[in-house]
Amino acid sequence: MKNQYETVFIITPVLSEAQVKDTIEKFKKLILNNEGEIVHVEEWGLRKLAYPIQKKTTGFYALIEFKAPPSFIEKLETEYRRDERIMRFLTVKLDKYAIEYNQKRREKITEIQ
Amino acid sequence: MSQQEEIKFLTPPAFEIKKKKFCWFKKNRIKYIDYKDPVFLKRFLNEQGKILPRRVTGTSLKYQRRLAVAVKRARHLALLPFVTDNFK
Repeated sequence: MKNQYETVFIITPVLSEAQVKDTIEKFKKLILNNEGEIVHVEEWGLRKLAYPIQKKTTGFYALIEFKAPPSFIEKLETEYRRDERIMRFLTVKLDKYAIEYNQKRREKITEIQ
Repeated sequence: MSQQEEIKFLTPPAFEIKKKKFCWFKKNRIKYIDYKDPVFLKRFLNEQGKILPRRVTGTSLKYQRRLAVAVKRARHLALLPFVTDNFK
């Protein structure tokens, strides 16, 4: 039984563009390898943090919306904790209203582009 | 003596003109409060970044709880500050 999840994580700004891309790729592959499927990926890019984390005031935000079996989340989170490039992460299970909201939000974004 | 009694206020004392408060989420039929956009959440925070109580905003209990969860998630992701001095 697959649930829909949404994970947002902040990558340290110290890294080069390539390294940032490859961390995101790493997590996308991790999801795909554990029979998950990616619904949507979003990169908010470098943003100012509301308060300094690990003495840094900016961070690279990335969001991945995916479907996966519940047992996978444990693995994903240990992977986050192990990877020191990730400053902070948050995984959230989406209920039907959230899924609907995200779809509408995506349509709005595609309209703007 | 009589002048004191006849002290009339120029403007009627505006003691708490009752403004009908309504739950913003019920009215706009919002079902999901998104923790990812801080601009929207800022409306429900005061200058120090604290969550406004229900008696001020008038939101219903169900949505106030979801709002609190969303604000706390946004704070965790450093989209919203935990405490600031001038915020808005």
